[in-house]
Amino acid sequence: MLKARIIPCLDVKDGRVVKGINFVGLRDAGDPVEQARIYDQAGADELCFLDITASSDNRGILLDVVRATAQECFMPLTVGGGVRTLEDIRALLLAGADKVSINTAAVKDPNFVAEAARKFGRQCIVVAIDAKQVSEGRWEIFTHGGREPTGIDAIDFARQVTELGAGEILLTSMDRDGSKAGFDIALTRAVADAVSVPVIASGGVGTLDHLVEGIRDGHADAVLAASIFHFGEFTIEEAKTHMASANIRVRLF
Amino acid sequence: MTTVIIDYGSGNLRSAAKAFERAALNAGLSEEIIVSADPRALSRASRIVLPGVGAFQDCMTGLTAIAGMREALDEAVLRQAKPFFGICVGMQLMAREGIEFGHHPGLGWIDGAVVHLEPSDKTLKIPHMGWNELVIEKAHPVLEDLGAAPHVYFVHSYHMACADKAHVLASTDYGQKVTAVVGRDNLIGTQFHPEKSQRIGLKLIENFLRWRP
Repeated sequence: MLKARIIPCLDVKDGRVVKGINFVGLRDAGDPVEQARIYDQAGADELCFLDITASSDNRGILLDVVRATAQECFMPLTVGGGVRTLEDIRALLLAGADKVSINTAAVKDPNFVAEAARKFGRQCIVVAIDAKQVSEGRWEIFTHGGREPTGIDAIDFARQVTELGAGEILLTSMDRDGSKAGFDIALTRAVADAVSVPVIASGGVGTLDHLVEGIRDGHADAVLAASIFHFGEFTIEEAKTHMASANIRVRLF
Repeated sequence: MTTVIIDYGSGNLRSAAKAFERAALNAGLSEEIIVSADPRALSRASRIVLPGVGAFQDCMTGLTAIAGMREALDEAVLRQAKPFFGICVGMQLMAREGIEFGHHPGLGWIDGAVVHLEPSDKTLKIPHMGWNELVIEKAHPVLEDLGAAPHVYFVHSYHMACADKAHVLASTDYGQKVTAVVGRDNLIGTQFHPEKSQRIGLKLIENFLRWRP
């Protein structure tokens, strides 16, 4: 059977890996290519690059990093952040990304997802949804790193982009991101049960039990985490062993 | 010796090329890896790789749009019997036809149709995306020494339903028996991505580079 995936995420700013606590107070966690190589050798199931460079001026640096990383890694690589046009997607795929994650551009114009899927195939189009709880059982989409509310219901939107051609949903709880309090399980489950494509749970991982909860209780197909791996708190192997002991099917390396 | 990876505008071929380069290095082979859109490159190739991502029909259209490619492929693969490796949609193109928005002819090298996945468990997500275990159905030199319970990376919504079960060299379980590797004579094709399957994938490519069908 298919295995639950563990996906380390590298937040990349101006070509360097950083990870923030609720997007402020960034700490430098090193060279992205070196980190990617370490994760590849450690048996990470995929790798995610999130470009959080504020200006688009440094786009070339990201493409260089993607290119250098793709040269070193024999696992799938997803790249997101600031993807606005079909040309952006094409450039990232040609640089070596296997999947491209679309966030704000999909919210602004959901048809962009359809165009991208038609052009490059559904399998390489990931839609990243950043959601915040606004009331009991209701989550809204926020853009611009969680600062801009949109009034759009996260679950409806997940359904809509899936119908339009998203091949996967990367779901981040903005309430939990950087909190180490665990995934927003209710949100994860609501989205995972609503769509027919794989869902990656993101935002809030602080312990290995959180990874288990994301799959078992949140019904996610994959779990994404950043800081617990970057700062050496846990290894990929420890995470997989822990999940396996909780009867979650993982690929043991 | 030269391995030619055919470039027909279907996705990024650098990752496939670098995986073949790394596998050749691991195997201690001085294999030259070339990415080419030129049908003439096939005549001096010792091995041929056909990658592919996206829709069956788009890929077939892209491949046959290159003047002389179809003929060069038939000549090198069918008549000269050079080892051939199809990856993902490149593997699907080996089939007789693809059934995705209508019926579309493939290369017709394996008697089978590429059909949508229909897992018995309707909660299973499509695309089938991620790492799944390879079940070897028929021993083959390219599938040797992959270790116990080898896992490889899949991302697809269609697979090849083969008319002759002897052509299914390996399968995987996803709410149905999914065709993972097909082959006959000098042909082999994987539904999964060996170039994204870490050491198991590299080992499989290494096996292909050593294979003398």
